[in-house]
Amino acid sequence: MNIAYNFAFFDEGSKREIRRATLKAIAIPGYQVPFASREMPIARGWGTGGLQLTLSLIGKNDILKVIDQGADESVNAVNIKKLVAKTTGVKTVDDTAEATLIQSRHRIPEIPLHEHQILVLQVPLPEPLRYFEPSEFITKHLHAEKEYSGSWLMLFEQIMKYGNMSTDADHPVMVHDRYVMAPSPIPRFDNPKMDHSDALILLGAGREKKVYAVPPYTKVVSLAFDDYSFEVERFEGACCRLCGAEDVFLDELIQEETGETLHQCNDTSYCISRLNEGSASTTRTAAKIGGVAE
Amino acid sequence: MNEQDTPILSINNLSKQFGPGCAHCRTGEADRLIKNYCPKCGAVYACQQISFDLYPGEVFGIVGESGSGKSTLMQCLYFDQEVSGGEAYIRTYKNGKVNLFGESSQQKRYIRNHQMGKVYQNPILGLRMGFSSIGNIAEKLIAAGSRDVGSMEARGRELLEHVNIPSRRMKEPPKNFSGGMQQRVQIAKALSNNPPILLLDEVTTGLDLSVQASVLDLIKQLQRELNISIIIVSHDLGVIRMLADRTMVMLDGKVIEYGLTDQILEDPQHRYTQQLVHSLL
Repeated sequence: MNIAYNFAFFDEGSKREIRRATLKAIAIPGYQVPFASREMPIARGWGTGGLQLTLSLIGKNDILKVIDQGADESVNAVNIKKLVAKTTGVKTVDDTAEATLIQSRHRIPEIPLHEHQILVLQVPLPEPLRYFEPSEFITKHLHAEKEYSGSWLMLFEQIMKYGNMSTDADHPVMVHDRYVMAPSPIPRFDNPKMDHSDALILLGAGREKKVYAVPPYTKVVSLAFDDYSFEVERFEGACCRLCGAEDVFLDELIQEETGETLHQCNDTSYCISRLNEGSASTTRTAAKIGGVAE
Repeated sequence: MNEQDTPILSINNLSKQFGPGCAHCRTGEADRLIKNYCPKCGAVYACQQISFDLYPGEVFGIVGESGSGKSTLMQCLYFDQEVSGGEAYIRTYKNGKVNLFGESSQQKRYIRNHQMGKVYQNPILGLRMGFSSIGNIAEKLIAAGSRDVGSMEARGRELLEHVNIPSRRMKEPPKNFSGGMQQRVQIAKALSNNPPILLLDEVTTGLDLSVQASVLDLIKQLQRELNISIIIVSHDLGVIRMLADRTMVMLDGKVIEYGLTDQILEDPQHRYTQQLVHSLL
């Protein structure tokens, strides 16, 4: 049976509603705009917010890239990519620079994005004050009054407990000197990439029914104290075991048999493009990549 | 005029009612209400036309039975509830020329964080039970604009030591503490910004006698050292006798008597106050 879906799965009314929420989100940087999150063919919590944004925005000429924790080939990324491709017929790629629309879970690509790209991030918890204040009614008031003591208090607690700001991901940011925003669980390493980004960044939370945005060239500052400044993760002395990259976000792989710690680029397409550029012709590297895939 | 002679806080005709009221009760004639509520429409007049002044360094007591409007009055003063009418002026805020109840909620937050501290009867209302004790104190400092971890930690340590919380337990959340300790953490939190005004709502109710005594001791000592003005609400006349310089007696949402504490306790004028004083065990 061949079901004739509308272009990009949604009916036009749905796309329009989501786009309208998106426009409002862009107009008020960092503000969480409620939207009518729809039932999707994937489960809530698996990227439905990002997927809805992608489907509402995609056009016939777009080139799509989907990543999950930096990888183009993980199950989640592949499923979303297939769904969008099947219902739109657009071209999908791994190469970051070529894509016009990038949906991502928990990473911003290593290659700087450019003006003609849109980055869509999947968000599990859009409310940065949620742990501090469970009531949505109250957090809305706190945002309205720009009362963000709670965000700083949570960071203060971490310093008291662990001696530093231990947010491994989702470190809160102040957008356009107005709204404190959860940047989705990207590592701290990626927070600075949001500041004055050339590309439009959209964030969608399907389960929590919120859309918010960082328009291009918007000031984004990671929260910090005067005497405890914000720091990104550092991988001193380590480099990617495949491509040798140093100043990128690295995955730490511990070999169970030998107990040895290996590092590897988290952004797979970045790693592969470096390998292709460099010594891709040598059989040694090709064999090594083959080894990783197994 | 002397510094000590101008009130730090002035309350004029503060009113708080629950429910819109009806033609029967709106006239404000006392005999139309049963205690403080209207039998026709059920509106409750929790505070009616309450006025008083609080002077620098003074301890002002408010007594009255349960439901007399003491706590509602305190909640209105700390902006936990919106007032229905009336004015409040703080000398240290915009030279005491602006009615606090007319300010925006952002400004109210500012006043709360810079001019006042409050200790609730129930520590759950005043503390974040899951956050560390020192974090609880930092919350008020952060709200007042501090962004320096070192100085906030030092201040928190100093205050917690002052209220006898051992330093090894400072990073523990108050939910692990006994009632008396929680109350002392609350006091430390309320004092963190050196507020000129401290509001104490039934702070010793529910604590055992020896802990009550130590909390009262602490309050008295802090008041002498820091010269803060305190409003203390209690239905325990013993507490009022020990702490308050002046006392106001409330009944059914109205002030029925006020004056020097000794005077009130030795020579009560109103029937209810007489009954209250004589029922003292």
